[in-house]
Amino acid sequence: MAEERRPKQCTVVLPTESMKAMAESVGVGQLQEDSCVALSEEVSYRIKEIAQDALKFMHHGKRRKLTTSDIDHALKLKNVEPLYGFQSQEFIPFRFASGGGRELHFYEEKEVDLSDIINTPLPRVPLDVSLKAHWLSIEGVQPAIPENPPPAPKEQQKVESTEPLKAVKPGQEEDRSIQGKGQGATAAENKGKDKCVIRMKPRSTHELSVEQQLYYKEITEACVGSCEAKRAEALQSIATDPGLYQMLPRFSTFISEGVRVNVVQNNLALLIYLMRMVKALMDNPTLYLEKYLHELIPAVVTCIVSKQLCLRPDVDNHWALRDFAARLMAQSCKTFSTTNNNIQSRITKTFTKSWLDDKTNWTTRYGCIAGLAELGPDVIKTLILPRLVIEGARIKAVIEGPVVSNIDKIGADHVQSLLLKHCASVIAKTRPLPDNVDQYRADYGYLGPMLCSHVGKARAQAALQAQQVNRTTLTITQPRPTLTISQGGSGGSVSRTPSIIKVPSSLTLPMQTLVSARPGTPTQPSPPATKYIVMATSAGAASTQQVITLSSSRSSSPITSTAPSSASTLQPVVKVEHGGAGGGGGAGGVGGSRTLQKYIVVSLPSASTTESKGTSLPPPSPLSSVPPSTTSLESGVKLEHSESPGASTHSPH
Amino acid sequence: MAAVQDGAVEPENEKEMKTETLNDSAGNHTAAVGGVLSSSPGAASSVGTPKPNTAAGSDEQQTLIAVLQFLRRNKLLESVEILRREAGILEETDEAQSSEAGGTGLSGVVNVSVEGGDATTSLFNRVSVASAAPPSTTVPQPAKGGEDQPDVNVVLSAYSQQGDPALYQVYYSGLKNFIESVLDCHRAELSQVFYPLFVHMYLELVYNNHENEAKAFFEKFSGDQECYYQDDLRVLSGLTKKEHMKGNETLLDFRTSKFVLRISRDSYQLLKRHLQERQNNQIWNIIQEHLYIDIFDGMPRSKSQIDSMSGSLAGEAKREANKAKVFYGLLKEPEIEVPLDDEDEEAENEEGKPKKKKPKKDSMGSKSKKQDPNAPQQNRIPLPELKDSDKLDKIMNMKEATKKIRLAPETLPSICFYSFLNAYQGLTAVDFTDDSSLIAGGFADSTVRVWSVTPKKLRGVKSAADLSLIDKESDDVLERIMDEKTASESKILYGHSGPVYGISFSPDRNYLLSCSEDGTVRLWSLQTFTCLVGYKGHNYPVWDTQFSPYGYYFVSGGHDRVARLWATDHYQPLRMFAGHLADITCTRFHPNSNYVATGSADRTIRLWDILNGNCVRIFTGHKGPIHSLAFSPNGKFLASGATDGRVLLWDIGHGLMVGELKGHTDTVYALKFSRDGEILASGSMDNTVRLWDAIKAFDDIETDDFTAATGHIHLPENSQELLLGTYMTKSTPVIHLHFTRRNLLLAAGAYNP
Repeated sequence: MAEERRPKQCTVVLPTESMKAMAESVGVGQLQEDSCVALSEEVSYRIKEIAQDALKFMHHGKRRKLTTSDIDHALKLKNVEPLYGFQSQEFIPFRFASGGGRELHFYEEKEVDLSDIINTPLPRVPLDVSLKAHWLSIEGVQPAIPENPPPAPKEQQKVESTEPLKAVKPGQEEDRSIQGKGQGATAAENKGKDKCVIRMKPRSTHELSVEQQLYYKEITEACVGSCEAKRAEALQSIATDPGLYQMLPRFSTFISEGVRVNVVQNNLALLIYLMRMVKALMDNPTLYLEKYLHELIPAVVTCIVSKQLCLRPDVDNHWALRDFAARLMAQSCKTFSTTNNNIQSRITKTFTKSWLDDKTNWTTRYGCIAGLAELGPDVIKTLILPRLVIEGARIKAVIEGPVVSNIDKIGADHVQSLLLKHCASVIAKTRPLPDNVDQYRADYGYLGPMLCSHVGKARAQAALQAQQVNRTTLTITQPRPTLTISQGGSGGSVSRTPSIIKVPSSLTLPMQTLVSARPGTPTQPSPPATKYIVMATSAGAASTQQVITLSSSRSSSPITSTAPSSASTLQPVVKVEHGGAGGGGGAGGVGGSRTLQKYIVVSLPSASTTESKGTSLPPPSPLSSVPPSTTSLESGVKLEHSESPGASTHSPH
Repeated sequence: MAAVQDGAVEPENEKEMKTETLNDSAGNHTAAVGGVLSSSPGAASSVGTPKPNTAAGSDEQQTLIAVLQFLRRNKLLESVEILRREAGILEETDEAQSSEAGGTGLSGVVNVSVEGGDATTSLFNRVSVASAAPPSTTVPQPAKGGEDQPDVNVVLSAYSQQGDPALYQVYYSGLKNFIESVLDCHRAELSQVFYPLFVHMYLELVYNNHENEAKAFFEKFSGDQECYYQDDLRVLSGLTKKEHMKGNETLLDFRTSKFVLRISRDSYQLLKRHLQERQNNQIWNIIQEHLYIDIFDGMPRSKSQIDSMSGSLAGEAKREANKAKVFYGLLKEPEIEVPLDDEDEEAENEEGKPKKKKPKKDSMGSKSKKQDPNAPQQNRIPLPELKDSDKLDKIMNMKEATKKIRLAPETLPSICFYSFLNAYQGLTAVDFTDDSSLIAGGFADSTVRVWSVTPKKLRGVKSAADLSLIDKESDDVLERIMDEKTASESKILYGHSGPVYGISFSPDRNYLLSCSEDGTVRLWSLQTFTCLVGYKGHNYPVWDTQFSPYGYYFVSGGHDRVARLWATDHYQPLRMFAGHLADITCTRFHPNSNYVATGSADRTIRLWDILNGNCVRIFTGHKGPIHSLAFSPNGKFLASGATDGRVLLWDIGHGLMVGELKGHTDTVYALKFSRDGEILASGSMDNTVRLWDAIKAFDDIETDDFTAATGHIHLPENSQELLLGTYMTKSTPVIHLHFTRRNLLLAAGAYNP
C-alpha cells in the first residue's frame, strides 16, 4: 500500500521571480512579494488543473504524447482563450540575456525577408491517410510478415531466459500491486484451485520456414566464405535483421562447432570470421543472447586463450584475434553478467588461474591478460598491476636471457606491449605526478622504465583528448566521414600495427613518411611494413590542429596521428591501404605474404569529419573521457564495408 | 433567469443550486422524497436497513428549504418562483435533468422545464410538506469558523465546522493505530475508511484556511492511501486554498456525494465503539456526514474482495443500487418470410445446399419464438419498423451466419488488421459497419473519413439537376440515382470544428454518427455524404456516441457527465442520464436496445434504463477511467476495459463482477465479443490484440445465492488460463475491434512509426 517512491506532490510551485517577470511583461511593475507568492500559488494550481484536463484529451485522442492542441482544448474547456499558433520549431521559444544585474527573457523575433519566404519552395505535401490491411493472425498463428513485429521482442527473450517460469505467456505478469497481499488472497486460492502449482517451462520450438532455412544457408556460407563483400553483407544482415530470433540456436551451434573444429585445424581466418559473427549477433538490437551463452562463451574464450590459433604462430597475427575476442568477452560480461550467472567473476577466475600458472605458455598468457584487461580499469588495477613485477621478470628472462625459441620471444614481446598499453592508461589516471623512472622501476620492476614513458604519453594524450572533446561538442552535425580504411582480404587480421604516430608540430611537408613509433616492435618477423604517407593538397594543411585517432580493426592499439596547428580548414584524410594480397597469415592458405600498409593522408573536407573519427573510433585503451569501448572495432569494420572495398586496392584471395 | 437585484447574492445563489442538484444526483436517482428524515445515515444504517434514498432526499429538502428561505428574505421573489419550478422538474423527470444543471449550468434546466409541463404544482406540494418536516441538525448550525455568513451558506459549506487543526494528524493517526491493532479480519474492512476520511479531513483543513496544516497532513498520510487513488490524490495535492475549491469538480463530487463503504456489522460496531470511547467527534462527524456505510450481516470481507470492488471515485455501489430487475434477454427476432431467401439460394447454389440449411433455419426460428423470461417486452421501447432493405439485410446476415466459423479455444479467429498509415497521431476513432463493408475513421483534424473495404466504391447520389433527368419509372431507379463519376474508395466528411472522438454507423449503413470536441454530435448521410443534423446539447467535448442496434436511437456522453439519448428525428435529447461524477468516456447500447451502459472517468460503469431513465446498475471495481465497453451477444454480460489495462466482466442480471482479465499493460481501447460470444477480443494501447476464453470465464463464476445476495465475490485468478492468444502489432495501438458475421476478427489502429 504505502509506497515510498511516490513523489511529493504538493510542493511544486512556480518561483515568484517568474511572477515578477510576467507582471513586468504586461506592464505591472513593483509587485509586492506577498502578491507574488499568492499569484504563484494560484497560477501553479491552475496550470496543474489544465495539465490534468489536457491529459484527458490525450487519452481520448488515443495517444501517448501530450500535444499543444491538448492544452488548447483544456484551456477551451475552462473558457480560456487557447494559445493560437503556438508552433515554435524550437523547444523553448525564449531567449535569455543578462547584463547589468538584470536577467531578461524575451522572444526572439527575427526579421524575415518576405521575398525569402515567397521564393522558398513549398514543402512537400504530407501524405494522405491511407488504409492498409494485413493478417495479424491466421487461425491463431501470427504469420511472419514484415507488417507484423518480429516474433519475440528482446524484452521477452530476456524475460524468457532470465525468468523462464514467469514467461509462460508473455505479457501476463500479474500486477500484484493492485491485488495486494492480504488475508483474502490466500482464502480465495485455497478455495478455488489446487491445480497449476507446478508450472512447467514451455518447450519453445524454433521451426524454420523454407525461406529461413535458405537464408540461414546463405548467411553462414557468406560468413565463412571467401568473398569479403558478401561477408560484409551477411554480417550486416545478422547485426540488423529483426527476425533472427528463430535462427539463434542454429547460429550459436554453428559458431561453437565452427570454433571447435577450426581451433584444432588452426584455421585462423575462419576463427576470425566466426568471432565476427558473434560480434554481429551481439550487435543486433532485437536479439537477446543470454540463452545461448553456454555455447558462445566457450567459443569466444577458446579464441582468447588457446595455445595455438594458427598454423604459423611466428608469422600470423593471431594476437589480433585474441584482442578482438577478449573485447567480445568483455562486452558480453557487461551485458549479460547477473548475480545469478556470475559470468564476469567466473571468467575472471578462469583467466587469472591460467595466468598464474607458471607453465602457461606465452600465447595463453597473452590471451588471459587481454581478457582481463578488457574488463575495465578496475580489473586492471586489482589484478594486473600487482603482478607487473613478476611478469616483468618473466619477460626479462625471455628477452634478455639466452634465446630459447623465437616464438617465446615474440610472445613475451607481445605480452609486454599489451601490459604497457593497458597499464599505462590506468596508471596515468591513478598515479600522481611526477613520473619518476627510478620510482617506476622500484614499483614495477623490469617494465618500470617503459611504463614510465608510456604513462607520460598517455597523460599527454589524455590532455589532448580532453581538448578535442571540448571542440567536438561544438560541431555535432557532420557530413559523412570520408575516411577510408580498407584492409587485407582476410578480414583485417593483418593490420596489427599498434603504433602511436605523432606528427610534429612543425609539419610542413606535403608528403612525409612516418615510421611506426611503437617501441620495441621487432621489425623482422610478423608485422607488415607500414608506411604512412601524409599528403596535403596545400601547405596550409600542416597548420591545422588535428588529432586523428584510428584503431585498426584487429589490433587493439591506437594509431594516433597528430597533425597540429591552427588555421586552415583543409584536413588530412587518412587512407589505409594494403598493398599486398590478403596476407592474413594462414588465412585461405595465402600464408606468409606480407602486406604493405600504406596510410595515406589526403585532405579532408572539413575539420569536423576527422574529429568525428576521433570520437567514433576511440582508442581502445581506456583513456580519459573516452570510455573503453569495444565498438570502435565494429565501427572500424563497418567503415571498411560502407566505404566500398573496391575503392581500395586490396583483392581477397 | 432571475432578475438580478443583488449582484453579490446572485452568483452565490447559482452556485448553491448547482451543488444542490448534484447532491440530488448522488443519491442514486430514486428521488423518493418525503421519507423519514433520519438525523444521520449512521443511525439509519445501524438499524440494519439502510435507507439511501431518505438520506439523499432529506439533504435535498434541506437545501431547497434553505435556499427558498434565503431568497424570500432577500425579496428575490422571482428567483423563488423559478427555483420552485425548476426543483419540481428535477423530481419529476428522474434526475436526468438535475445533473444537467450541475454540469451545464442552469440554462439547461430552464430549457427542460418547458417540457416538464404541469410538474410545478406537484412539486409545490412536496416542498411544503418537506418544509413542514423538522429541519435536520445541519440547518441551524451556526458557523463555528467565525465567518459571518448567511445560514444558507452554512448548510452548503459542509466543512465549516472544524476542530483544532493541529489535532487532525493526531486524530487520523489515532484511528490508524486503532485499525492496525484490530483483528485481521476487521482490519481490511476498516481500512476502507482511511481514504474518504483522509480526503475529507484534508478538505476541511483547506476549507478553513489552514494551509500549512493541510500540507503537512497530506504529506504525512497521502502515502498510506491505496495506489489506485493516486490520480485523485494528485488533484487534491494541487489544491491548497479555499478559493481553489470553487469550481473544482472533483471536490464538488467529494462534498456532495457520500462515499459508500460496505462494512460488516461487527467491524462497524468495533469502529463505532472505538470512536465513542475516545470521544473522537471530529472523525465521527465526518463519518456521519460524508460517508455512507452500507452495513451487512455476516463474515467480514477479505482484502482481495474489497480491493476488487473498490477504486471508484465515490466508493462502492450500494447494494440496493444493483437490485432492480434488468431485462437483459434479447428481443424476439422478427419473422422474415423465408421464400425470398429460398429463391435466392436456389438461384445461386447447387441443389444440395438448400436442404441442408432448412433445418437449421427452422431451429433458429423456433429458438427465437420462445419468449425469454428475461427479455423485455417487444414494445417496451418503441422500435422503428423494419424496412424492406432491412429485411434483405437480415436475410444476408442469416446466410452469412450459416457460414460462420464456430470459434473455440482450439479454433481461434483469424485477425485482419487495418492499419491507418500517415495518420500522424491523428486517428481518434474507428468504426466498422456490421456487414464489414465500410470503415470510418475520426481524426484529430476534425474530419471523418469513410472507406469502402469491398471493391464496391462509395457512390453519392447525383445532384438535383441530374436527378430530374432520371426516368423514375424504371426498375433500376435506385441504381440510376447513384453518381458513378464521383465514385471513390474513400470520402471525407467535413463539418466538425474539433477532434472527432467517436463515430458509429447506423445498422442500415445509411447514416454515420460522429461526436467531437466541439460539443456536437453530427449525423451524416452515406447516400449523399453530407451532414444532415448537428445535435447540440452537450456544451463540452463529447467523448463517445453509438447507434442503437435497431437504429433510430443513439446515445452520447461527454465531459459534461451526462449521457443523452437521442432519436435521429429529434433535435433535443429524449433522455438524459445523469449521475456519473466525472466525464462519461464511453457509451454502449445493450443488444436489446432497452438499456444503455456508460463508462466514466469516475471509474464506475452505470447501466441506464431507457424507458424511465433510471440507473439500474452501478459497477465499481475499475481503478482507472473506463475506455471501452462491450455487451456479450446474449445480453447477459458486460465487459469493460480501463486505463489500468484490466478488463472486468460483469453479470448484468445479478449485478456482480464475475471476472478480471489481466494482461494488458496499457489502456484497453477496444473490446468485442465474437458473434456467438465464445471469445472476447481486447485491443489496447500496448499494441496488442488479446483473445480471451469468454465461455470459460463465465462458466467459472459462482452464482450461489449467498454471493448473489451479498455481492461478495471471489474472483478466480485465472487470467493466464483464459488468455488464448496475444498478437503484437508493429507499433500500432489497437483502437477498434470488430467481428464479421463469419467471425473473422477485424482490428484497426494507426501506425505510429
